[in-house]
Amino acid sequence: MLIELKNVSHIYDDDLKGTEALKDINLRISDQEFIGLVGHTGSGKSTLVQMLNGLIKPSSGSVIIDGVNITGEKTSLLGIRRKIGLVFQYPEHQLFEETVYGDVAFGPRNLGLSEEEVELRVKEALELVGLDYEEFKDRSPFNLSGGQQRKVAIAGVLAMKPEVLILDEPSAGLDPQGRQQLISLLEYLYNNKGMTIILVSHRMEEIARLSNRVIVMSEGEIVFDDSPARVFSEVEKIRELGLDLPEITEILWRLNGKGLRVRTDIFSLAEAVEEISRELRGSSKC
Amino acid sequence: MLRNITIGQYMARDSIIHNMDPRIKIVITIMMITALFFIDSFSGYGLFFLSVLVIISLSRIPLLRIIKGLRPVLFLVMLTLILHVFFTRGGEVIWQWGFISIEAEGLYTGFFMVTRIVLLIIFTSLLTLTTSPLELTDGIEYLLSPLKRVGVPASELAMMMTIALRFIPTLLEEADKIMKAQMARGADFESGNIVKRARNLIPLLVPLFISAFRRADDLALAMESRCYHGGEGRTRLYELKVKGTDFAALGVALLLCMVFIYF
Amino acid sequence: MALIELRGVDFSYSEMETPVLKNINLTVEAGEFVSIIGGNGSGKSTLAKLLNVLLVPSAGEVIVDGMNTADEENWLKIRQKVGMVFQNPDNQLVATRVEDDVAFGPENLGIPSPEIRKRVDKALEAVGMEKFKDNPPHNLSGGQKQRVAIAGVIAMEPECIVLDEPTAMLDPQGRKEVMETIHFLNKEKGITIIHITHFMEETVGADRVIVMNQGSIHKSGLPLEIFREIDDLKKLGLDVPLVVELAHELRKKGVEIPAILSINELVDSLCS
Ligand SMILES: Nc1ncnc2c1ncn2[C@@H]1O[C@H](COP(=O)(O)OP(=O)(O)O)[C@@H](O)[C@H]1O
Ligand SMILES: Nc1ncnc2c1ncn2[C@@H]1O[C@H](COP(=O)(O)OP(=O)(O)O)[C@@H](O)[C@H]1O
Ligand SMILES: [Mg+2]
Ligand SMILES: [Mg+2]
Repeated sequence: MLIELKNVSHIYDDDLKGTEALKDINLRISDQEFIGLVGHTGSGKSTLVQMLNGLIKPSSGSVIIDGVNITGEKTSLLGIRRKIGLVFQYPEHQLFEETVYGDVAFGPRNLGLSEEEVELRVKEALELVGLDYEEFKDRSPFNLSGGQQRKVAIAGVLAMKPEVLILDEPSAGLDPQGRQQLISLLEYLYNNKGMTIILVSHRMEEIARLSNRVIVMSEGEIVFDDSPARVFSEVEKIRELGLDLPEITEILWRLNGKGLRVRTDIFSLAEAVEEISRELRGSSKC
Repeated sequence: MLRNITIGQYMARDSIIHNMDPRIKIVITIMMITALFFIDSFSGYGLFFLSVLVIISLSRIPLLRIIKGLRPVLFLVMLTLILHVFFTRGGEVIWQWGFISIEAEGLYTGFFMVTRIVLLIIFTSLLTLTTSPLELTDGIEYLLSPLKRVGVPASELAMMMTIALRFIPTLLEEADKIMKAQMARGADFESGNIVKRARNLIPLLVPLFISAFRRADDLALAMESRCYHGGEGRTRLYELKVKGTDFAALGVALLLCMVFIYF
Repeated sequence: MALIELRGVDFSYSEMETPVLKNINLTVEAGEFVSIIGGNGSGKSTLAKLLNVLLVPSAGEVIVDGMNTADEENWLKIRQKVGMVFQNPDNQLVATRVEDDVAFGPENLGIPSPEIRKRVDKALEAVGMEKFKDNPPHNLSGGQKQRVAIAGVIAMEPECIVLDEPTAMLDPQGRKEVMETIHFLNKEKGITIIHITHFMEETVGADRVIVMNQGSIHKSGLPLEIFREIDDLKKLGLDVPLVVELAHELRKKGVEIPAILSINELVDSLCS
């Protein structure tokens, strides 16, 4: 599946100042990508991802999905929304059914699937997010813990079997354990289900570790679109944009600045430990 | 899409009218509207209209803005006119077609009522255009406070109004978000007949209500932790003060009302 | 005398259920900065609510500045002394204008208008929000809203502020603003801070870290002491700051590093 944005700009109708939430965005997203989308609040990330499945129509420019221009009048957005799943920020706020089953089934039912198929999908989606089907299907989503509610909400999108999964700040408000489970889920979906994933996050460690392409936005424009290693080597520029570096990168850069010649394109803890201890042995202290 | 919504129709300006005490403005509005119902001639309306014009020019609110404010009641105005013109009998027959007729009395009463409605709307909207919701709430609270003795919870009512004003934009924004989230799951809010559409709103309304209740819960806790314990013993950052202009305005309004009533 | 003292406190939301808090003993001295961490459902919020009498214990007692929370007479005084800031920035601002919101607490205390004016201005200045005093809250960023909420508490001139995950819903910028604000209030204004958080990095500047687990205080100590036992924390579903973990792993590799909590300390100790 190929998503293309051509010269996309957007101004919200009710924005009195008329600022462009997106400015002339050009972007191609193809299969098997894990994209990290970062930028400080208000830089246009949410606007951009909503554009990808037709929830927001661009003020100008076009969004083309598998060769079809979805900004045209007559395209079926249902088809697009099946293929491109979007998990909003605090998705648990959209739960509404009396049972977990009913809520997860909402999407598949809207697709007009048979009830057997719906059941199959609900089952699969719940197990994917790590909730036992038999235990949870008849419970009310409102009596679950916050972390479990979020899992149900994500399952509700997974049950549509999207080819592309977009998540808008999915780990906001979770405790460390919840965050870790979410990361494992995303890794699994990417590696084993072949999904393309677009992750919007402020947690640079997550972004650096998971994604193979990082897009940095600022004031409605794309300022970087490259591999994590290259993007996070632009230390000055990243700081200028008011963004953090992944903590490991920060440490490695600082050590480098002090004369310890460690590589700086490492994002996992284990590798960083290897690298630092190897360097230290070579030169004993700096 | 709903981020910049303004509540009420307050237009901030620096004018005599804006700077008046909200309580006095509310009292004057009530007086003038009551007087309006005593007026029984078009010349009386003429005088009333003249005073409205004076207030408008003092308030620095563009006339166009006030005319625009009449749009929502256009239907009501037309309906009143039509009902009177066709169904009020009496006086000379001006036009007749079969059993449908327009008579002088109907025409007169029709226009009379319409003028009254239009003046009424203009005068009340002058109040809301020149008084911020906050001041209005304060004013209403104060004016209702004598009723506390008979059990009317004036301060609590005013607090409720303030909270509603505070949360309307938040909830509208949330509604927008939930709607989009359900659309992303294939929900359809736009097609189908009325029954189907109403049913399709469930995925929007349920989360919205739940969220409103959760917010209410949170807010109640937050208020309690900040020592809220009802209106008793509460002081205010801004205390309302009646100034010279307020008394003058009140005097003029009284005079005008007497004129209207005895005219 | 300690500012806050909990003695053998139990708490359950309903009589049938197992207690949410079990035998909590805790003292907080005036001027301390205490961080509380713990997994979801470990009872942190419940504990916080006991401190300014949004809840009263089922057993044991909570004493604030010599006043027992069991005595209803004391409630307003205790709530004035111990202010509270909650997680959701949208759900704790009451008024339609920033300064009216900050005035809300003092108004409830029946403070005369000119004095409220002074307090509001001072409080807004302390959190750096004086420029926004006429704004409606809903147009502010999350971090700004939380700072207004903090100002609302400061205007009551409390001795202690309890913050229940005030940064959980904020972006990094907002988190930084809030953390700087509460450290400033602690250092410069001498206000006691009790700060509940899921972000381990936010606890490194604290005087003391308390770890909650399943309704009990699992551990309490200096940040350095707490984060020394990484495996123990991980068992509770908690993290340690990444630098701490890195230093820990390096030590396993034979690199000599003293106990550290921040990137600066790590870099200095490696390259001194
Ligand atoms: N529903 C909306 N109505 C009006 N303006 C909006 C709306 N949503 C976002 N904006 C504005 O568009 C810009 C980009 O916002 P957004 O896409 O939400 O950024 P991000 O997700 O990166 O924080 C901001 O200036 C924001 O204020
Ligand atoms: N209002 C309530 N009624 C009943 N049980 C509650 C209520 N609030 C919290 N609990 C329960 O108390 C336990 C501790 O919750 P809480 O203090 O909120 O923990 P934390 O803040 O550490 O996540 C949880 O098991 C939770 O389900
Ligand atoms: Mg966003
Ligand atoms: Mg909590």
